[in-house]
Amino acid sequence: MSFKIKVGMASCGLAAGAGKVYTEIEEYLKKNKIDASVHKTGCIGMCFAEPIIEIVPESGESITYGRVTPEKVEELITAFQNGTPEKENVILAENQKASENENLNKQTRIVLRNTGKINPESIEDYLKENGYKAAEKALRKMSPQEIIAEMKESGLRGRGGAGFPTGLKWEFANKAKSDKKYIVCNADEGDPGAFMDRSVLEGDPHSVIEGMIIGAFAIGADEGYIYCRAEYPLAIKHLEKAITDAEEKGFLGNKIFGTDFNFKLHIKKGAGAFVCGEETALMASIEGKRGMPRIRPPFPAQSGLWGKPTNINNVETFANVPWIIFHGAKEYAKYGTEKSKGTKVFALAGKIKKSGLIEVPMGMTLREVIYDVGGGMKTDKPFKGVQLGGPSGGCIPASLLDTKVDYDSINKTGAIMGSGGMVVMDTGTCMVDVAKFFLNFTQNESCGKCTFCRVGTKRMLEILTRITEGKGEMEDLDRLEKLATNIIKGSLCGLGQTAPNPVLTTLKYFRDEYIAHIKDKKCPAGVCTALIKFEIIEEKCVGCTVCARKCPVQAIDGKVKQPHVINQDKCIKCGICYDSCKFDAIIKE
Amino acid sequence: MIEHKKEVDEIINKYIGQKGNLIPLLQEVQQKEKYLSKETMRYIAEKTKISIADIYGVATFYTMFRLKPQGEHIIRVCKGTACHVSGANSILDAIKQELNLKGDEDTTSDMLFTIMEVACLGCCSLAPVIMVDDNTFGKLTPDSVRKIIKQIK
Repeated sequence: MSFKIKVGMASCGLAAGAGKVYTEIEEYLKKNKIDASVHKTGCIGMCFAEPIIEIVPESGESITYGRVTPEKVEELITAFQNGTPEKENVILAENQKASENENLNKQTRIVLRNTGKINPESIEDYLKENGYKAAEKALRKMSPQEIIAEMKESGLRGRGGAGFPTGLKWEFANKAKSDKKYIVCNADEGDPGAFMDRSVLEGDPHSVIEGMIIGAFAIGADEGYIYCRAEYPLAIKHLEKAITDAEEKGFLGNKIFGTDFNFKLHIKKGAGAFVCGEETALMASIEGKRGMPRIRPPFPAQSGLWGKPTNINNVETFANVPWIIFHGAKEYAKYGTEKSKGTKVFALAGKIKKSGLIEVPMGMTLREVIYDVGGGMKTDKPFKGVQLGGPSGGCIPASLLDTKVDYDSINKTGAIMGSGGMVVMDTGTCMVDVAKFFLNFTQNESCGKCTFCRVGTKRMLEILTRITEGKGEMEDLDRLEKLATNIIKGSLCGLGQTAPNPVLTTLKYFRDEYIAHIKDKKCPAGVCTALIKFEIIEEKCVGCTVCARKCPVQAIDGKVKQPHVINQDKCIKCGICYDSCKFDAIIKE
Repeated sequence: MIEHKKEVDEIINKYIGQKGNLIPLLQEVQQKEKYLSKETMRYIAEKTKISIADIYGVATFYTMFRLKPQGEHIIRVCKGTACHVSGANSILDAIKQELNLKGDEDTTSDMLFTIMEVACLGCCSLAPVIMVDDNTFGKLTPDSVRKIIKQIK
């Protein structure tokens, strides 16, 4: 019996040890002369169960296993060959019980249609999944106006976060008159806590390239750039290979599909600046300058890259395009809500059980996403809030868990949809600390052009820092709100205009926590080190010496089998003793 | 001193005259030279006729560019949201202690390690995460990260 084994080899799989599993499978098959082949694939989305392999027989049921180690490889393959596949750690299977079958059924995979299924380095694999059929249809059978009309009808809105209708954006660029136009893919996924675009680029790069070909044809561009952050080396490698392969097949280059349409595509590596996710800053960076935003208008559709009309969309937006053209706008518009059509990819992370990449129809509630698809909380601490939209977004509290995931409903909470990072927090997370964390980020990443963004975020950070150190005063809360309003009003680009959101939403929903820091000098979550203290309860300590040995600064004294004591002057409050005590003899207060 | 002058010349020749060439040019030069010294930047300015102010402006704008020599191994400590709420600070502290780095120091005196804090490595489901050169390590604890560093040493 011949069969195939696919190994999930995206960045997260590799970090969990997929490389070793792949090598072990390869060697085992070779050594035992087994009639089977091993293939690489992208992110299956279930990062919590990495490394993941899928065994696919020529006919019959394929089975996906999670948490595979090199030691388990022989066992799994032998059992499969004997017709009695292992039942343990099965995460996906067609005809039998598997832990994640239901999880996948709740999702609708349009953007992620191929990731985790095909080998991202094989254009043949992509072609088998109707790859480049949409581009062929668009170029041969449709006019640019028809494509734009189709995009408008689909209701697709920009997946980078702001949600501007894609069809409309293309129409502006199409109508601009110029001898030269550009199309750009924004793959500068800088939001901490977001990895949707990385997974799509690593797992299905051709879908983005095909979307760009269709977009370029619709607006009349003959040259394009993919601006990808340099922190994603695997995504860049897969993109480079995909572009070369597409050129060889004639999907890129001159006279594509026998038409008069020519299109050349380049990759530009980012150099580490969050502000370059803003479209005018991104264009400055492609031009080789400091990535500083500029005033709009003129909008990029009139004057963009090197002064030419330019259209910029995000990775996920482009990955939707071939599906829409292939299946039709009506089919796409069946998913989602009235004003937010289609699906959205989210990166689930933080204190959630099933962290990973998911795609759900717009309009699902946050509760369904977190508890049904994401499996609920990882720790036994209760849910406290969910952070959406990264440094531009906000924290949504438990009382708003029934909020629908669509652009307008999320905006009403004060957060934003953003690009799709969803970080779940439990009661062990301090909201003042989270606000400080994001402010620290935006303050670092502010390009410095606008005074309110440059200085205002710095002042806000100073206030937040003193609150977390127990030195805050009640007037600080008003100061924060005033500064926030002024930064929103006085900043040129999205970075500054949204930078205060994490502070404003936490002040709105978690004000008690700010007050506890200021008035009671307490951090209720036990995070802010200046406000916590570790102590050993004499009666409970058995003198096992574990804490004293683990303490990195030798702050714990005591003899064997005698109660130990923490020297508060030396203690750096790292919490290692607290975590390592098996007798619950250390308390945090 | 420019250590790999021949290679640097080749890189300059490859990019000279191309529009938007400065960032990839500096990226490749840094890859060879490990960092951008004042001398290197002056040399590039002279050869490409791009003003030294523009080069310095770009080199200081993007976090990727380093103006100081760096260690043989680069440890990138992820400070993304998921890592932050999962204890990235204690990981950073543990690494600094293991490498005997105080305050703002980021490179060990034997030039073996440089630590960098990065915004997000995109492996949020494995938080907290670090990257040593090209290898990513996830689900870390202060103890396990110390072991990793010891092994590389």
